Amino acid sequence: MIDAGLIERLQTISGHEHVLTDEHELRTYESDGLRHYRSPPGVAVLPGSAEEVREIVRACHDAKVPWVARGAGTGLSGGAIPVEDGVLVVLTRLKRILEVDLDNQRVVVEPCVTNAAISKAVGPTHFYPPDPSSQVVSTIGGNVAENAGGLHCFKYGFTTNYVTGLEIVLSDGEVVTLGGKELDHPGFDLVGVFVGSEGTLGVATKITLRVIPQAEAHKTIVGYFDSIERAGQAVTDVVGAGIVPSAIEIMDKLTIRATESWTHAGYPLDVGAALIVELDGSEAECEARLGDVMAIYERNGTTGTRVARDEDERALIWKARKAAFAAMGYLSPYYYVQDSVIPRTRLAEVLEQVDDLSKEYGFKVANVFHAGDGNLHPLVCFDARNPGELERAEELAGRIVVACVEAGGSITGEHGVGLDKKHLMTEMFSEQDLSAFQRLRCAFDPDQLANPGKVMPAPRLCGEVPGPYRKHPLEQAGLVERF
Amino acid sequence: MSTPGPRRETPSSFEEASETMRSATAGRQSVRIRGGGTKLSWGRPSGPLGIELCTEQLDQIVEHNEGDLTAVLQAGLPLARLQEALAEADQMVALDPPLGDGDGATIGGVVATGDTGPLRHRYGAPRDLILGITVVLSDGTIARAGGKVIKNVAGYDLAKLFSGSFGTLGLIVGVVMRLHPRPSETMTVVGASNHPHALGQAASAVAHSPFGPTCLDLWWAEGQGDVLARFGGAAPEAAAKEVAKLMEAAGLETRLVADDGALWARQRARQRSPDGAVVRVSGLATELASVVRSAAEVGASLVGRAGLGLAWLTLAEGDSSEVVSGIEELRRRLHPFPCVVLDVPQAVRETLDVWGGAQAVSLMRRVKARFDPHGVCNPGIFVGGI
Repeated sequence: MIDAGLIERLQTISGHEHVLTDEHELRTYESDGLRHYRSPPGVAVLPGSAEEVREIVRACHDAKVPWVARGAGTGLSGGAIPVEDGVLVVLTRLKRILEVDLDNQRVVVEPCVTNAAISKAVGPTHFYPPDPSSQVVSTIGGNVAENAGGLHCFKYGFTTNYVTGLEIVLSDGEVVTLGGKELDHPGFDLVGVFVGSEGTLGVATKITLRVIPQAEAHKTIVGYFDSIERAGQAVTDVVGAGIVPSAIEIMDKLTIRATESWTHAGYPLDVGAALIVELDGSEAECEARLGDVMAIYERNGTTGTRVARDEDERALIWKARKAAFAAMGYLSPYYYVQDSVIPRTRLAEVLEQVDDLSKEYGFKVANVFHAGDGNLHPLVCFDARNPGELERAEELAGRIVVACVEAGGSITGEHGVGLDKKHLMTEMFSEQDLSAFQRLRCAFDPDQLANPGKVMPAPRLCGEVPGPYRKHPLEQAGLVERF
Repeated sequence: MSTPGPRRETPSSFEEASETMRSATAGRQSVRIRGGGTKLSWGRPSGPLGIELCTEQLDQIVEHNEGDLTAVLQAGLPLARLQEALAEADQMVALDPPLGDGDGATIGGVVATGDTGPLRHRYGAPRDLILGITVVLSDGTIARAGGKVIKNVAGYDLAKLFSGSFGTLGLIVGVVMRLHPRPSETMTVVGASNHPHALGQAASAVAHSPFGPTCLDLWWAEGQGDVLARFGGAAPEAAAKEVAKLMEAAGLETRLVADDGALWARQRARQRSPDGAVVRVSGLATELASVVRSAAEVGASLVGRAGLGLAWLTLAEGDSSEVVSGIEELRRRLHPFPCVVLDVPQAVRETLDVWGGAQAVSLMRRVKARFDPHGVCNPGIFVGGI
């Protein structure tokens, strides 16, 4: 139960109509893009300004009540799942583009401007490169929290490479400005630290982004192959030839079937895999490289190719790829997405392991991935209406992740750790590594009120630096032990 | 009588480095961290030092994963030696800061200082290219963050925290870097003018053009300046010619340089001054012309990343008070842009705050207190006396 005094204070800050306490209303916010975790918040508040966010966070601090910030709720790791008996700070009313400074290639926004709105605001001459498939809905604040990637990371990088400034509210209510439009502000790179911290270091209320000029030309080249292995070898050859495509994506047969039934983009249904390579740069550079890519496709036994003739066809090719997760509903009533990463050169052997695991568990696993980055998105298809299937699907997904880590990879490339993968953190990091992470968390949020229970595999306390030891309230209540 | 200098320690393993740090902290001895020693004077003067911890024996390329375009490196590896090894596979780490005396700059030192060169325009800073890091904290903890793959969001990004931290949070012992293919051909357009405004216009036109140069620099000295745009890839000439037209439209006199290595080496070298004073200005691209005019007013030369708004101003050599007043004048004119003093005579360093103030200092102090609670690592040299 949330203390009535806190609810009253939230109502004073944001107005009665923006503080939700009714159980039915709170159900709206019980989960994010990872649907099988559910936990309604004690109260949800929808602030209308950065100042209100600051006051809400201060109120939570005074009452020692945990809080979670939420944008559009499209995250796939459960990062925005509310804390029971905590406050959910829903930022959807903070959606203004504050400034477009095209001359300096900067845009200043509130956190709930959508990702797609940035490119729209600076187009067609410029664009904002990170482009998660959810970009029409997902917000910049959420992108910052998760260090969102997308299809064009291989050449252009991730959210962290494009955030130059932040205004954040720390969990004691202090407002801190980090960076700005300029690069290399003196001091620690706390902008770089905050991006990807999954809402555990505070909440961003203003974000300054770098945008870049659109390239002169694009060439989108699809190649069809009998097997994923052949498509994978073609990727290795493209990269090995010193070509830096702006995107390199692979979809397997199952994914193509799912996405074609929705988007009708014209992918043949009888191929083993489709490889999409997109080049950008000057007209001359694209022309020179197009021939190289086609030759590599040929050498790897392509069964057919398709080069986008115009912007419409390019958009259609990408529409199919971006719809891959959503279209999976055509194949299976439920699916579980993984986000693990491998060194690209280990692709063939890891996919073989995934195939073996799929057979062992008797679940179909569709494969769609950012092949350039080695970021796999295996989609485990199951039916949660059958008892025990969800648990077995999760177990299979977990074993895929472990196989990826053993190949030298990571448990998550772009979706974040959140709730979903925190138990896998120990596969990748030692106790010493985790203790170093905790130092950072404690510097920002010693009471650990911001999005507690995410990222770190087990709760741990901050301790005091410096000063005498005092028992934490959670410790006094016997809920956690000091490490 | 001179006091004895700090004791030199040269660990040859992460464990040895850990033991050195642990025992230094136990004995409350300050540790100065040293890579190639090419930027040792940067930052505020430090107090008395107990130990100089050198990374010279941690100089191995642990892995060069050619097909994955990644490299696992020990921090004391000289950047020049790394680039030579990578060039055999037509690859590079896309960092080209000035390498200092004897090309001594190490990969760890470049990461720790966040130093960059002309390639920054396309590829970013060390913070943008670092994939993973291993650090030794003051209590001897050996901690790793990030990974070996080019995409990874697991755990906090301590690699970015330590990039540019000047060794004040602990010792960087290893890094994992993203690599890039070395462009098969390059070509540079040089546009000359004696009008700062025309140079600014030309640089802006190129920065916003769809031709994507790998480097976009500015140079100004003694009333004359150049905009330099470098193109690399399979067919750089076509884009270079288009960009030459843009520069000519802004009133610049242009030439194309195919054999452009020396030209860019000179541009990099201009960021350092062994006896003079170098001020790094974090400005905005639109203010480039006014930064050039301010440089001219105080008799400084300027090398800049024209598309990024960064500039390194070298003040003419003079006595300490002249240099101090020149720097103060620059800061006054360029306010509120951060102006950080890099190279400068020691007497000047002791007179003014080389960092010139910073945001969020209290939060930074809290970070420092968590990572280095006894203030052992490079004490006092960073912003706010961290």
